[in-house]
Amino acid sequence: MKRFKRHGHESQRDRLKHELFQFTKTVEHGFPHQPSALGYSPSLQLMAIGTRSGAIKLYPLIEPIPGDDKLLLINKAAGFLSKKNLFFPLIYFLILPPCLSPSLRSVPDDYVGRRNLEHVEALQENPVNSNQVVIGYGRGLMVVWDLERVICPQQLESMWWTEDGGSILSSHSDGSYCSWSLTGEDDGEEEEKSDIPYGNFPCKAITKIVQLPTAAGPPFLLFSGGMPRASYGDRHCVTVIHSKTQVAFDFTSRIIDFFVVTDEPSALVVLVEEELVVIDLQTEGWPVIETPYLVPLHSSAITCSHHVSAIPLKLWERIAAAGSLQNTHYSKKPWPITGGQNLAPDPPQRDLLLTGHEDGTVRFWDASGVCLSPLYKLSTAPVFHADADPNDNMSQSAEGEWPPFRKVGCFDPYSDDPRLGIQKIHLCKYSGYLTVAGTAGQVLMLELNDEAAEQTVEAKVMDLLQGQEGFRWKGHTQLDVREEPVMFPPGFQPFTVVQCQPPAVVTALALHSEWKLVAFGTSHGFGIFDYLQKNKVLIKCTLNPSDQLAMEGPLSRVKSIKKSLRQSFRRIRRSRVSLRKHHISNNTKVIQEANARLEAELAEMELAPVQRKIEARSSDDSFTGLVRTLYFADTFLSDSSHNTPSLWAGTNGGGVFAYILSVPPVERRADEPVTAQPAKEIQLMHRAPVVGIVALDGHGVPLPEPLETAHDLARSPEMHGSHHLLVVSEEQFKVFTLPKVSSKTKLKLTAVDGSRVRRVGVAWFVSSKAEDYSEVGLVFLTNQGDVQVLSLPHIKMQVRYPCIRREDVSGIASCVFTKQGQGFYLMSPSEFERFSVSARCLVEPRCLLEAPLHPVSPSQRRPQTEEASSEIQKSLEGDQT
Amino acid sequence: NHKPRRSSQNSFGGFKEFYQILQTIHHIHGDDVLLEYADVHGDLLPINNDENFHKAVSLANPVLRIIITKKGERGESTAYCTNSLQRRRKGLGLPGLRPAGSSTTLSKNKSGIMIGPPQDFRQISSIIDVDILPETHRRVRLHKNGSNKPLGFYIRDGVSVRVTPQGVEKVPGVFISRLVRSGIAESTGLLAVNDEILEVNGIDVAGKSLDQVTAMMVANSHNLIVTVKPVNQRNNIAPRGSKNSMGHSGSVGSGGSIGSALSHDSPSPASQSNPITASLKLPGSSSTIKQLETSLTLEKKKLNLDKSFFFLK
Repeated sequence: MKRFKRHGHESQRDRLKHELFQFTKTVEHGFPHQPSALGYSPSLQLMAIGTRSGAIKLYPLIEPIPGDDKLLLINKAAGFLSKKNLFFPLIYFLILPPCLSPSLRSVPDDYVGRRNLEHVEALQENPVNSNQVVIGYGRGLMVVWDLERVICPQQLESMWWTEDGGSILSSHSDGSYCSWSLTGEDDGEEEEKSDIPYGNFPCKAITKIVQLPTAAGPPFLLFSGGMPRASYGDRHCVTVIHSKTQVAFDFTSRIIDFFVVTDEPSALVVLVEEELVVIDLQTEGWPVIETPYLVPLHSSAITCSHHVSAIPLKLWERIAAAGSLQNTHYSKKPWPITGGQNLAPDPPQRDLLLTGHEDGTVRFWDASGVCLSPLYKLSTAPVFHADADPNDNMSQSAEGEWPPFRKVGCFDPYSDDPRLGIQKIHLCKYSGYLTVAGTAGQVLMLELNDEAAEQTVEAKVMDLLQGQEGFRWKGHTQLDVREEPVMFPPGFQPFTVVQCQPPAVVTALALHSEWKLVAFGTSHGFGIFDYLQKNKVLIKCTLNPSDQLAMEGPLSRVKSIKKSLRQSFRRIRRSRVSLRKHHISNNTKVIQEANARLEAELAEMELAPVQRKIEARSSDDSFTGLVRTLYFADTFLSDSSHNTPSLWAGTNGGGVFAYILSVPPVERRADEPVTAQPAKEIQLMHRAPVVGIVALDGHGVPLPEPLETAHDLARSPEMHGSHHLLVVSEEQFKVFTLPKVSSKTKLKLTAVDGSRVRRVGVAWFVSSKAEDYSEVGLVFLTNQGDVQVLSLPHIKMQVRYPCIRREDVSGIASCVFTKQGQGFYLMSPSEFERFSVSARCLVEPRCLLEAPLHPVSPSQRRPQTEEASSEIQKSLEGDQT
Repeated sequence: NHKPRRSSQNSFGGFKEFYQILQTIHHIHGDDVLLEYADVHGDLLPINNDENFHKAVSLANPVLRIIITKKGERGESTAYCTNSLQRRRKGLGLPGLRPAGSSTTLSKNKSGIMIGPPQDFRQISSIIDVDILPETHRRVRLHKNGSNKPLGFYIRDGVSVRVTPQGVEKVPGVFISRLVRSGIAESTGLLAVNDEILEVNGIDVAGKSLDQVTAMMVANSHNLIVTVKPVNQRNNIAPRGSKNSMGHSGSVGSGGSIGSALSHDSPSPASQSNPITASLKLPGSSSTIKQLETSLTLEKKKLNLDKSFFFLK
């Protein structure tokens, strides 16, 4: 009977799990990695981007609809795409033999539009006139080519029919383009005009040329490439010529393709390798239109991210207002690609995703809906004297410069100073305080201000070594804080910067806006700073005296990647030069030597397979003192009747340090000092890194965020009944009772399945059936790429879903969780994948595309699933007729 | 009664002579004493035969510090592996482990030759669960005992050949790739390079990556139990009758399978099939000593017992 009951209970629990948890990868934010093709459907107002991995993405975010009869031409697209399990029949290949067109008009109708003319069967020279050649194709077509008429001996790059069909534009590999008129009846086409726009010196190829008429006035001529090889061969340009105006838009990376949104040419859409740029051609000065999606997240490499759910409206508006002031140089025109309808409901709340970047900026993204759009950008570099290049801005080119360059786009991966990189971010959504910490031990405190202000940023140095002797920091130096007042624009303005000494990268950060304290940690120790009084409260050195590696700093042994890259490039260049010198004499010898070396290396690799050392962790391992996590909690640490503010710190070596804080009451807060006393120290037996600490209240619910209850946004924590402490290490989950800090329960992860915790967060899961039922859970990502959920406070495993490939180390490291059980990770350097573990809380695109049915013959209706070849054939026929 | 002693002996006699000299010097004739010394790792080690006596003398640098203790004074914890006995009793939670009640330890003060867990030695490893495992497999527990000695082995990916009903199948496996000199793993003599690792603390490693297996082993390093299929199947604890047939899987880190191995597990006389429960009468011993679920590997001592019984190094 008992067994029966229990079974019933379990199945009920299983049903509940189904209502609470569900894994979905919902939407991809950012810019597609390695785009390879661009397509546009003027009638549907849809844009498609193909990538080298074979994915095709449609924008605005539209689900492809099966059986859609509208054609969308995508050159070079590398395959059919099954997205969200819908087969997408709009894609096909178009392969044309080069130089087919010149006598297209005289080709019998029968052959027009065939995919190809089969192989060249015969090639004969005219016995009388050696300038004439006849080429016979396998299908029977014979074409007489007049070599004299082939005026451009250069390879053809692209062709364009003018609007009236009266002429053809061709562009060539030497940077020239020709216009061919098709009026003459017997002569065929004639070259009307040939031009090398950036001529005189050898130029690079014009890869694509487009000419578009305007209702009144001269046409627009647009082409990509064609730059003078020697001086500007490395620029990626699209030139727009209209009447007397000519601008060479200078892009940040290689141009993939471009198109123009027509009726009137209204917007030029250029896809380059790292971003999409849209230029308003109707407004004077041709400004850039801000992209609502497809924003390059990686305009400087992302170094960390932080998600804040449910932003109060007031703060949201202030951030958005600060952000809008930054975007004044954009065009006022609406986004020109308008196809489809968005059926997704308005997001239930405002969510922010903050990304920290290598160049010291923090970008604020609106992560509430399917479009991850930029809200505001904060730059921390002005606080410091950096080696920044002052003339490295988007300044307009000097008057009269030729070609008339104009830089567009925001992709700028080159950081002036790697020390500026942002490593940790913490935003308090109630108070508007923000703290960011970086690579050189800098911890900035910032406050939201709606007005621009000139202020001096106060710098405080905190020596985390606390007199530990015999160490010499060999890493980077600390940043130089500007002593003079700096003008800060509206938005988040820094007022204090703490500089850790030694200036090691900040590895943990916590902000408590109610107590006005910030805690930070590095590989040497951790500290608490009172940002109201601008005083240090606590410094604790966690460094193991024998840990030389942590002491010396990262740069001593591992050179900065950029530096080493630069060096290796130089080496290659040098070796190329030297190779060229000894080219003839030593060539074979060099090759032989290189081969021998390679063989030896290969043999070595085969001899020594990958092996792993099995060894217990010891207290003498490197970086055991590195602080991994910091946590403020108002809980029971001294005795079970009085709760006190406390700080908890977890280290890489499995150590947990607890401090009791005495925070004066609000009215005396500004005068009396905050103090910290050591209270507890735990050493986990298994010595695995501590990656998370959470205090649970009397109901087993994680304590609310600071100020959350003060703003009536959370139930106050249950202060009766005993609190518990959950310590998450990479290997196991352990619950301790408070205030005694004795072990209560634990769950081993690594010992059982060999996976390790990489990222962890607390989330509330609301049932998809009943809105009033919710459970709190601990959601974590393992090094195997699995997302798992544990129940709280009983730490029982609930669900496990494969999420990221385990080889994708950077993807796993970049994952952040939201409070509603969603998550983000970098699926490529430029794209966030958004996923949800919650069955209720999903942000996914819901769109409708009403495809106008064209009067098409039955043969053109392509069935959804068929052999690709016939489909291609039919669609090509359909396209050409 | 712990007497540190500086000895500058140069005459290399045997243990007996040395013992007598000490008795004479300290006037402790008639008392049974234990002689111990600290080695370079700071481990306390016994001197009770010629071999470890010479070892101790050779380590003297320049003086040998000897601790003399009256026998029995240290009570229960005379075994060098502190608390290893208790831990063993607790049970491992491994499937099929023999209930603790059925095991009996050697009674102390046995006259004659001692073979059980001797009190003068530190246990560093044990073979366990012999009765439930196929004889081609070996489950080894490595005792770290808080010593600084490294576990001292490396693992690698490899290919294992299994016999299945569908025929011979190649599957990925994890193998021991290297033993560190004088590490725990090597000094047990129970693990060898190219042994295939089948389980870690009772959990099957099939389908797990090398990194996962590494993480599992490190997470269990304080009490690591590995089940291996030894590359050398000649020393298996096997029924005498089938001993020769076991020699077939020679040098490769593969061959045999759970399935085929189980087929050997046919009922046979208890005295042969399960040597662990077999009785053995030793010369000079008046009583029959029942050997237990653990066979011991003892450090720095060699006993030449019947090879089919268990391994001692």
